[in-house]
Amino acid sequence: MQQLFNYFIKNKTFVLFSLLFTIAITLTVKSHEFHRTKLFNSSNYVVGCVYELSNSISQYFHLAEENKLLLEENSKLKSKLFNQPKYSPVDSILEEPYNLNPAVVYNNSYSLTDNYITLNKGLRDGFKEDYGVITSKGIVGIIDKISSKYCRVLSILNSNSNINVKLKKTNHFGTLSWDSKSAGIVQLNDIQDLVKLTVGDTIITSGFSSIFPANIPVGTINSYRLNDTKDLYIIDVKLFNDMTSLKHVYIIKNTDLNELENLNQSDE
Amino acid sequence: MNNIVFVNIMRFFGLLLLQVLICSNINLMGYINPNIYLLFILLYPASNNRLLFIFCSFLIGVIIDAFLDSGGTHAAASVLIAYIRPLFLKFSFRAAYDYQSIKFSNTNFAQRYIYFLSLILIHHFVLFSLIVFDQNKMLLIIKQTFYSSGFTFLLCLLIYSLFSRKEA
Repeated sequence: MQQLFNYFIKNKTFVLFSLLFTIAITLTVKSHEFHRTKLFNSSNYVVGCVYELSNSISQYFHLAEENKLLLEENSKLKSKLFNQPKYSPVDSILEEPYNLNPAVVYNNSYSLTDNYITLNKGLRDGFKEDYGVITSKGIVGIIDKISSKYCRVLSILNSNSNINVKLKKTNHFGTLSWDSKSAGIVQLNDIQDLVKLTVGDTIITSGFSSIFPANIPVGTINSYRLNDTKDLYIIDVKLFNDMTSLKHVYIIKNTDLNELENLNQSDE
Repeated sequence: MNNIVFVNIMRFFGLLLLQVLICSNINLMGYINPNIYLLFILLYPASNNRLLFIFCSFLIGVIIDAFLDSGGTHAAASVLIAYIRPLFLKFSFRAAYDYQSIKFSNTNFAQRYIYFLSLILIHHFVLFSLIVFDQNKMLLIIKQTFYSSGFTFLLCLLIYSLFSRKEA
């Protein structure tokens, strides 16, 4: 025992080094697994506060651009409103299970292999994990960590991201993932080789999951090729969203989510 | 003595904020970001308590990981170079290190460049290996290591020459 202690005291630098190095590696490995890191992520209170401060300064530089986007969206919504059929049922709004809530992006990364986005909404605003996040142009990601004031979004530019989407023209569906090469291009897998594709076809969300409603625009086909086994397509999808300049986003709250979850759980 | 402690604490927080608020958002050519917080580890006084030094390096790495959502990659790379630093000090500033009297402002350019560059390269290689975490993407790791190291090295030299006091 004495010798053991002596050994530790003699090599205390090495012991401390190996201890801290192991901790760091463990954190790394855990972060590569899905949904694990608890302590050190950007929905943390202190980190969120610093990003909030930095955002309160930097947002002024983007005001003109944001105004333009809002105007575009407003005009689109107005035109939709004017073209609406005159007699719609009075209670049609009650059937809508999805609520859209605005949020501000505090931090956005897009150059790593696993990218996350920090937003200014949290548990106290009534949001939960697994809520979808979109912009007026297309999808952004899914909330994966949440604290009382902030939340972290698993961006579609993340190797762990899998979102169910379909081709607008033919309704064939597949999974959207990212090969971590370019911030504007994501990959759509699992489309059978017998489907006829054309460059420029629109991709939209399928609505199979409870996270995103159907028909949210995602992007257009940029190019496509067959995979190694020659039976499925790998499609490069050019996103409608510019993921490098997100400022204002919407969080989708699905009011039926609890009911759906209960339904699925009772099944298992 | 107190002055040294104060300077290092200021450097710790100054570089940390500079890193997470500015340097990690540069994204030159899409993905190149300098890691200037390494300057804290590079310039930490050489003849000091090593345990404290290794722990401080871990701390700055973990805080940066929290901001960038990168797990423990920065922490691991920082702890590693903090641990192997004496080796490179000895290699780069042979005579001065033997007398335990290194003052970075007194060393000559070539020695300092070699010391900076070697530690920065090792740090970035470990960092990107852990971030990519896929041995089939070795080319990507090496490419990113190369570009980011160059950028970090340039910025570190710039910042160092801006803030170093010549009369010391």
